[in-house]
Amino acid sequence: MDKSARIFYGLLAVAAIASLGAGLKAAGGLGVAFAFFSVLVLGGGLVCIWERSVVRSAFSLMATFGGTAGLFVLCGADFLGMAQILIYVGGILALLLFGVMLSPPDLGERKLPRVLGGLVAVGIAIGWVALKVANTIDPTGVAWAVDPNLAQPRSHVTEIGLGFVHPEQYLIAFELAAFFLTVALVAAVYIARRRRVDLEPEGSA
Amino acid sequence: MGVEAYVAVSAALFALGIVCIVARRNILYVLMGIEMILNAANINFVAFNRFNGDGLDGRMFAIFVIIMAAAEAAVALAIVLNVFHLFQSIKPSEVDLLRE
Repeated sequence: MDKSARIFYGLLAVAAIASLGAGLKAAGGLGVAFAFFSVLVLGGGLVCIWERSVVRSAFSLMATFGGTAGLFVLCGADFLGMAQILIYVGGILALLLFGVMLSPPDLGERKLPRVLGGLVAVGIAIGWVALKVANTIDPTGVAWAVDPNLAQPRSHVTEIGLGFVHPEQYLIAFELAAFFLTVALVAAVYIARRRRVDLEPEGSA
Repeated sequence: MGVEAYVAVSAALFALGIVCIVARRNILYVLMGIEMILNAANINFVAFNRFNGDGLDGRMFAIFVIIMAAAEAAVALAIVLNVFHLFQSIKPSEVDLLRE
């Protein structure tokens, strides 16, 4: 592990511990849970950008997707959290790792100045937009401001299942999604197939 | 823990996704950045749903976004396979057949 890696992971660990403490101070146990999942999400993303090897980046995305599932559960969307783990960690990440096999071990591809420059530029842009938004919106007056009497999150699993099949709710969208998924997967198989020309040896075609 | 905390995390994840797309020169990193951006959008959907009446719409949107992400990953990987077959490389800068 070289020096920059040590610095990076040390800073990451300090930031994680600090945010856990901040969460505990702000909102007790719920705050700690939120800080933990947020650290997973953002730390996974940072490691993905920072790491040299594609395999490590892909595996660090597992933390991002798992942390997102945790945030969903904190919002009461337990079914969505389960689907997130199932589809993202089990499906999309496996697909990405399959794609990693095509990637040559090009460790010099990551340029630290590029990464840092991108982080700084996007950070400045986000900060500017946040300032503009904070100037125009009064957070106490909008409808979605925090309600101290907010009810406990409910589980919606049955409602989601019924919403899929109820003709006045999401039946059309559900059928469209099924059709879309079928078309996309058949198209993916068609694009990725080997043509007969490819299978013949060199020179005979 | 209000909606602002979730929105802040989502914005930061979105920024990380943009940086991941822009700063790395490998198609796989572009795909990873897109997944991060979709995840950020999903966090927003679920958080606003939770803090705005706890209905069903935001979650349904998030479910359809997940479905779309799955289809996108499958098609993108198929395209990457084909690009690798044609160019023996998966760097976006080397896929320039139409330039000639």
